[in-house]
Amino acid sequence: MTAVAAARRRAAARRRWRRWPVALGSALLGLALLCWSLLPVYNMLLIALDPDEGDVEFAGAIWPDEPSLNSFRAVLAQDHWYLEDFWRQFGNSFYIGLLTMALTVAVASLASFAVGRMRLAKARLLTNTALLVYAVPAALLAIPFVRLCQRYGLADNVWAVVAAEVTFAIPFAVLVLQQYGTIIPLEFDEAARIDGASPFQVYWHVYLPLMAPALAAVGTYALLLAWGEYVYQYLLLSSPRNWTVAVAIEQFFDADEAPWNYMMALAIVYALPPIATFYALRRYMTAGLTMGGIKG
Amino acid sequence: MSSPQHALALVPGVLGRRRVPRHPHLHGAELAWAVAFVVPYATVIAAFAVYPIAYAVWLGGNPALYAELFSDPAYPVAMANTAFFAGFGANTMMFAALLLSGFFTRRQRWVKPLLAVCLLPWALPAIPAFVSFHWMLIGEYGFLNSALWQLFGIDGPQWFNQGWLSLGCDIIAYVWKWLPFWTLILVGGRMAIPQELYEAADIDGAGVVRRFLHITVPLLGNLYLICTALAAIWIAGDFTAVELVSNGAPARASDVLATLSEHYAFDSGRPALGVAAALSALPVLIPLVIVLMRRIEARAVQL
Repeated sequence: MTAVAAARRRAAARRRWRRWPVALGSALLGLALLCWSLLPVYNMLLIALDPDEGDVEFAGAIWPDEPSLNSFRAVLAQDHWYLEDFWRQFGNSFYIGLLTMALTVAVASLASFAVGRMRLAKARLLTNTALLVYAVPAALLAIPFVRLCQRYGLADNVWAVVAAEVTFAIPFAVLVLQQYGTIIPLEFDEAARIDGASPFQVYWHVYLPLMAPALAAVGTYALLLAWGEYVYQYLLLSSPRNWTVAVAIEQFFDADEAPWNYMMALAIVYALPPIATFYALRRYMTAGLTMGGIKG
Repeated sequence: MSSPQHALALVPGVLGRRRVPRHPHLHGAELAWAVAFVVPYATVIAAFAVYPIAYAVWLGGNPALYAELFSDPAYPVAMANTAFFAGFGANTMMFAALLLSGFFTRRQRWVKPLLAVCLLPWALPAIPAFVSFHWMLIGEYGFLNSALWQLFGIDGPQWFNQGWLSLGCDIIAYVWKWLPFWTLILVGGRMAIPQELYEAADIDGAGVVRRFLHITVPLLGNLYLICTALAAIWIAGDFTAVELVSNGAPARASDVLATLSEHYAFDSGRPALGVAAALSALPVLIPLVIVLMRRIEARAVQL
């Protein structure tokens, strides 16, 4: 009896011995991952909190000696000629984001209704091949897009940027809406049709309310895409009053000596809305991905 | 366009459930409504994607452009850099994602909060992330070199003084930004593998390595290959990382095709040459896309 218990204890102890290197290793890996993920963010804070002109040097202290929020104040108060139009540019970023969101949701929900609910046969081909757009190298679309915008007098026009962002957002949006639509029974549509509703009424009164969660997810995706996209905004918008915050950050690089602490503060202020949105909606943002994996 | 933000776009569709559609033929008013609903979508795609791409192909159709391209010494360098960036970058990133996905499926209490922190690079927009990398690595006074000096007394190299070194920095910055995303996809793939398989193997005495080789590899293999091909395609078209981290330094030695064609088109005012540089990547990209499509189909058949 005692011999068995002792053997069991010894086996458990042996197992514990075999396990502690694994536990230690995973703890070390966790620590390394933490440093790896946070280091560039920490570097941004370090530069932004520096009181004079953005000293990028690391003095060995984990926290700067005299952290100062002055650069954030300068950004919010537009207190430097680089930051003159900050609030206007912030507004432009929002304006482009919200327009992209609204147009994406409207166009994609209409298309997904026709393809997924009304079963417009050939259109499925259209929505699927549109995804190939994502395999085209960026320059192959950006160069002709900008040239054509210039030719049609759309250069330095916010709407040209919105058109570009909507084009990138909708193929994915239609796909997600189509997939989400498969869990809503078609009988709802049929019942409404029997009661005499026109296709548009079915779309408006049945489809849209039932699709609300997916529409919200797709809208958020479009908003974040337009907020974070940079190439088209940089190439298309040329006057400072039409710039977005993304372009405003880039202009600091045009000078050799710029107040880098202001630039980092601007970059942090610019990053906060998407990070807040991402973490608030993390469940929904990651659901699409993991769903893809699980179906495998 | 080929920004990995769009990975969101492909993966669910690619791996999603396929439904065989019934085809009740639409008639009259029904058909008119359905067509009207699709028209805005078709217009946007035609006007802002198909038309510009067709215009690009027309612009880059002149063979003389390619002769000029090959005579520019910057072009072969950019081509080699793109191949290395895409090939090495995608494989390193996906292998790291494979290992990390195993780590993040561990059932310890602190793994979930750690995952939340590790998603930060993905949540951060690309510009602040890459700008921060640029400042971390620049000169002898950047964060990394001063930290190396302060902590270990090591004199770090000038990161942007050699082409391959600055390209390496671009790759690291790119991997930093997108690793969480691919890790999450592979975590999803691993969660789909039934736990009983591992338990059965455990009872039969299979160790960690054999469980990985005989269960994880065959079941995750196709997803892994699809993701690697996708990542390579996206990296090959990526503009932002190289533009913001090394900016082609020194003297365009770390340029990739995307930044070089942008440079031709907008700094030198030669849009046709820029398009030609981008088009010259297609002989490699198109087979990759075809392989990808086949893989995706193979996967659908397995389902």
